[in-house]
Amino acid sequence: MYYAVTIATLVTMGLALTRAVLGPSVYDRVLALNMFGTKTVLLLAIIAFLSGRPDFLDLALAYALINFIGVLAVLEFFRSRVARRRARDGGDT
Amino acid sequence: MAMALDALSFVLLTLGGIAVLIGGIGALRMPDLYTRMHAAGVTDSLGAILVIGGIMLQAGLSLATIKLAAILLFMLLTSPTSSNALASAALLAGTKPLSDESRGEEDS
Repeated sequence: MYYAVTIATLVTMGLALTRAVLGPSVYDRVLALNMFGTKTVLLLAIIAFLSGRPDFLDLALAYALINFIGVLAVLEFFRSRVARRRARDGGDT
Repeated sequence: MAMALDALSFVLLTLGGIAVLIGGIGALRMPDLYTRMHAAGVTDSLGAILVIGGIMLQAGLSLATIKLAAILLFMLLTSPTSSNALASAALLAGTKPLSDESRGEEDS
């Protein structure tokens, strides 16, 4: 029964990667990256029980933390870049 | 009792896999950034709750259940936060939500 969930999660990770490659704007790519990270957490939690090694849960917890911080850092970077560009082009808008 | 727990966790895991798959397909096929975020939210909230709940039933009362509960709590806290940050950053950068007026222009 773990195999079905593992395959579904892997297929979803593939779909998220496809969206990250296709994505028209940079925010689509960030969204796909965030989705990929949360699916990785789920996959790690499933694999911990599939292979009978509960140590993987620590990895899943650390990955969830790092994923969240990484997405926020990337968003802050693009937000400050947009603000800088807007200020350079004349700050009337 | 163990049999019933096994059956319940089987149902939860299957439903979670279906929810995750539906969210992934939606995130690939939706027409717009905001609708894609709506589809991706399904996998982050409903899929995570169902899958981790199903695994928790398999784990029983142990340290693994506490770790799984911590993972679930953390995902439920951070997923809306990052979604909100993403939507506000995209809106600030000038991405317009898809509406009935803009749909006619883009399709033609």
